[in-house]
Amino acid sequence: MTAPLLDVRDLRVSFHIRRDGDMPWTKPRELKALNGVNFTLNAGETLGIVGESGCGKSTLARALIQMVPATGKVIWQGQTDLLTLSPHQMLAYRSQVQMVFQDPLASLNPRMSVGSIIAEPLRTHHPELSQAQVKQRVQEMMERVGLLPNQINRYPHEFSGGQCQRIGIARALIVGPKLLICDEPVSALDVSIQAQVINLLAELQRDLGLAMIFIAHDLSVVKHISDRVMVLYLGRTMELAESQALFAHAAHPYTKALLSAVPIPDPVKERAKTMIPLEGDLPSPMAPPSGCVFRTRCPISQDRCAREVPALLGIGHEVACHRVNAATLETV
Amino acid sequence: MALLDVKDLGVTFATNDGTVTAVNGVSFSLERGETLGIVGESGSGKSQLSFAIMGLLAKNGRATGSVRFEGQEILNAAPAVINPLRAVHISMVFQDPMTSLNPYMRVSDQMAEVLTHHKGMSKADAVTACVRMLDAVKIPDAKGRIRLYPHEFSGGMRQRVMIAMALLCRPDLLIADEPTTALDVTVQAQIMALLRELQAEFGMATILITHDLGVIAGFCRDVMVLYGGQVMERAPVDPLFETPSHPYTRGLISAIPRVDTHGETLVTIPGTPPNMLRAPKGCPFAPRCAYAGADCDDHLAPLTAFAPGRLRACNRSLEELA
Repeated sequence: MTAPLLDVRDLRVSFHIRRDGDMPWTKPRELKALNGVNFTLNAGETLGIVGESGCGKSTLARALIQMVPATGKVIWQGQTDLLTLSPHQMLAYRSQVQMVFQDPLASLNPRMSVGSIIAEPLRTHHPELSQAQVKQRVQEMMERVGLLPNQINRYPHEFSGGQCQRIGIARALIVGPKLLICDEPVSALDVSIQAQVINLLAELQRDLGLAMIFIAHDLSVVKHISDRVMVLYLGRTMELAESQALFAHAAHPYTKALLSAVPIPDPVKERAKTMIPLEGDLPSPMAPPSGCVFRTRCPISQDRCAREVPALLGIGHEVACHRVNAATLETV
Repeated sequence: MALLDVKDLGVTFATNDGTVTAVNGVSFSLERGETLGIVGESGSGKSQLSFAIMGLLAKNGRATGSVRFEGQEILNAAPAVINPLRAVHISMVFQDPMTSLNPYMRVSDQMAEVLTHHKGMSKADAVTACVRMLDAVKIPDAKGRIRLYPHEFSGGMRQRVMIAMALLCRPDLLIADEPTTALDVTVQAQIMALLRELQAEFGMATILITHDLGVIAGFCRDVMVLYGGQVMERAPVDPLFETPSHPYTRGLISAIPRVDTHGETLVTIPGTPPNMLRAPKGCPFAPRCAYAGADCDDHLAPLTAFAPGRLRACNRSLEELA
């Protein structure tokens, strides 16, 4: 069996926060944004990552490409640990791993034409290409993502949100990456445009054999596009399973609650569904609860949950919960 | 007499680039205790519609037509006419609770202001009433937390404060403009459940403005679909989702990825929403519509009833769309 494209082991990210009015010598407080996340990603596979705001989804994306300092291991194709690379060594991998950002307009330089925005990664990674070759590749890519090649000299503000996101996708794909990290790529878009971009991403992935990490807070979108889904809560993995299995038989109480909260665009089903209400808000990540981080909002928590951190157990369908039998996925 | 009667409402904005038409001839009426959902994408005019009703348009905005509240004309009304209605009879919950609450005032002060101003209550009585209302929106330890500033609340709690504030005078009409868009899905579920409960308890008519058809499905009795500033369709919620009568509504419903079904490729609506700087002469949806004919660029059939409670504005008949 070949090594997975990406093997992430015990990924941890912490930020040091100084509060207003802290003395220079007081120790900054630690915010653990990611607390030991493990997963693997195979070539051509899509891993969806869901969770509420503040659960560490975006930090995870950034940690993988050294945009925030992280500890642990991110092993690329079974060989290189991306976290140990120097910036110079990392450059070679940046063309393999590309990113699409949330806010389509903010992630494009307003003073660069669309052509130069899309060409920039190509010029960086393939300086040997001639001007004409670059232009040809850019125009091909624009066509591929559904932009008109004659729009090459226009500026980002002349495009709508959906088109800007297509520009962002073109910029990411022009260097032929193996892995595309999409951080909330459609959450800023309208429903009708969102569907266009999701279909485009799915089609490009199929055609180019891309692996994708797809981060979104919208579970319906994640369900639609992912092969496997990971549910994060306060920097820890709660559940990790095949998309179909997760949405049909969620085992973790948090996943169940999250799924029941998604409004269904069907009045009959929406009225009939039973909601599992989650009390309160996400606890502060500065002072996460002891033991299982979800226990303060969990409808079935026990004494044990406050004492021990549940391990992520199970084969294929992994769950981190003391109350769930990892083999049968039944609540005990 | 209907509680709210909107006739041929238009909203335009004078900008440096020209006149932007945000709302174009919208008519609807709302009875007491009814729940109406207004759904549309960005730029469909759904927010400006509510701002025009409340008299909150930006300085360069101009509203035409008529808005009657219990028979009284309130569109472009003088402050002396509309101010006594605001909060007491019509109140509003805005999208972003952080920017709609005053960051420099304690929650107790800004909430009590509503009652001291509109009801002439004493400050102490007003604060007591506010605490009761915060209890009603399920803010734990309302008595202690009413002394806090808005930034000390989480997003969901802030939206609860906004809702409590809007309901202080027991209004007849509540307009909620994207009340849960800025919130996480679990918190959204809490807030929508709360709104449902309060609506049943207080019986106020409610207009819920949102882009999320899922939220509409769970809350509203009636739905109005806006596109390019015009009403495309109005129907009770069940038939709207079961048998949408307008090509735009059909496209919108099939373009949503859903958690309850397993689909392959999403059906998309080609193209992009219209640029309202050049308001289309005919149907605003015509350029993206699969059924559009030459007549659609020219004129749009008026909103007409075709079944009890159901209205549509489309040049194609239902048989042609089948």
